[in-house]
Amino acid sequence: MRSLLIAKFTFKEALRKKLVIGVILLSIVFVALYVWGFSSLKNNFDERIASGNPPPFSFEFFANALVLMGFYTVNFLCGVMAIFASVGSIASEIDNGTLHSIVPKPIRRWEIVLGKWLGYAFMLAIYVLLMCAAVVITGKLIGDYVPPRYIYGSLLVVLVGIVLLSITVLGSTLFSSLTNGIVVFMLYGVSLMGGIVKQVGEILDSSTLKNIGLATNLVIPSDTLWRLASYVIQPRFSLQMGPTLLSSDTPPSNMMVVYAFAYIALALLIANWIFARRDL
Amino acid sequence: MAGQIYPRIYKITRGVKALSSPAIYVENLRKVYGNKVAIESLSLEVQQGEVFGFLGPNGAGKTTTIKMLNGLITPTAGKVSVLGKKLGDLGARKQIGFLPEHFRFHEWLKAYEFLDFHGSLYGMSKSERKKRIPEVLKLVGLEHRADSRLRTFSKGMLQRIGIAQAIIANPKLVFLDEPTSALDPIGRRDVRDLIVFLRDNGVTVFLNSHLLSEVERVCDRIAIIKEGKVAAIGPVDELLHAEHIVDVRATNVTPSLLEAISHRFRLMDHSNNSYFSVSVPEQEVPALVEMLVASGANLYELKPRQRSLEDIFVDIVQVSGDR
Repeated sequence: MRSLLIAKFTFKEALRKKLVIGVILLSIVFVALYVWGFSSLKNNFDERIASGNPPPFSFEFFANALVLMGFYTVNFLCGVMAIFASVGSIASEIDNGTLHSIVPKPIRRWEIVLGKWLGYAFMLAIYVLLMCAAVVITGKLIGDYVPPRYIYGSLLVVLVGIVLLSITVLGSTLFSSLTNGIVVFMLYGVSLMGGIVKQVGEILDSSTLKNIGLATNLVIPSDTLWRLASYVIQPRFSLQMGPTLLSSDTPPSNMMVVYAFAYIALALLIANWIFARRDL
Repeated sequence: MAGQIYPRIYKITRGVKALSSPAIYVENLRKVYGNKVAIESLSLEVQQGEVFGFLGPNGAGKTTTIKMLNGLITPTAGKVSVLGKKLGDLGARKQIGFLPEHFRFHEWLKAYEFLDFHGSLYGMSKSERKKRIPEVLKLVGLEHRADSRLRTFSKGMLQRIGIAQAIIANPKLVFLDEPTSALDPIGRRDVRDLIVFLRDNGVTVFLNSHLLSEVERVCDRIAIIKEGKVAAIGPVDELLHAEHIVDVRATNVTPSLLEAISHRFRLMDHSNNSYFSVSVPEQEVPALVEMLVASGANLYELKPRQRSLEDIFVDIVQVSGDR
């Protein structure tokens, strides 16, 4: 109950942050460009058919590629927003003293950490679902293309954001905002690179590269969740064409979803444990 | 040696209002950071309904102590109870208000929203908050600024709104850590009146302030802490009159006379042989005069000193600092 109070407060506060406003403005630009790109592709495609010079692939092929790119962009923006919105969630409030008048109130410290996490998680979920909906609706209205299992795919992208949020909140109980931002963003970069390394490893069938990729997936499972998301929203014909650097043709195990939930829970437990013992 | 005079003379005096359990009970409270001792061993009691002044030089551990009493810092050792409950008890916290020293509030909030948030942290219902917020805004003199954002507030106004969040839930105990540091003289008077108002309503106030004249006026009892220990504690009157000091002006004062005086009494400020002060119980003043006259000194003046809290504070802090 008191966590919900903090969650509501955090959500309201986040909406006033310039970063979040910036991401939202960028996202509007992205959606506009996406709609424009999608419709000009469709027009181009229709014109080529009308002029008796049809492209080598069906329109579905291009639509799928665009939807994948759209989801990937949402996935990336969501990661950036998760990290930078919550980077100082605990640390900056300790530094500037706003927690000094909240912690002595009749509220447990873990309720504060959980509440902040909930507030950001709620914000991320709304953001990702709206953005994914924009991508899917654009495909449906303009190209009459609907990716398979797009709801599951969108939820997996939400999970990407929440994994990054959880590790950022944990970092925020340990480091200053700046240090935390650098550490978590590096981890995020490592996970993106790790994902590509694993993909290359799969294409070349190199077990060393695959193991490096797997190790980074375990350290921070955001990218592997994206791989799973990209897998579930691709139609069968696309999967048969093989992997790209940004998407998978073989699914990461569903166990990674279980792992991600355990990872989030553990990060929160440690964050609460550290914050409960900190002298403010 | 001289530094120990205060704890000996100023024994803990149980306040007149000590009818029920103390509002704050602290026994051998200790805080250590690594190998740095912040609070060595602090013991004190604050009775319900009194205004308690908590004084000490910078770095004595005042803020650390207040933070421990409010659950911001975990004590290393010691026994503490606040409103009869162990530290961290949520029921007790509902009845405690706290204005931190270096506070910052969420400046994007309007004054009303800010108090609404803090009121709901106390678990106040919507209707309770709706009724109470205008009351506290009026008490701190900000009733016309309910819809202003805290960002637009001056330091003094922030301090007032800080006091408002401390008293919003009708607490039984209020901690004020330097509540007047940013206020002008009128603002200070307002805070003083507010403290008196709280006391008249049965609220216990734990006041940490550097403004000794203010403390002297408003506090029932005070504690002076030094190097993480209580150096003096008691009712303000008792502290002010515990030591009788006379200022002496005389000529022809020999070193052996000064030595004899310092053997029997406490000799103070004797850098100049013609002017010096002596801490002497009132009934022994004739004996002091006799010593002076018998030694052949010419006594021009001998007058009892009116001591302020500041004198006592400086005395305690400097004397112990000399060791």
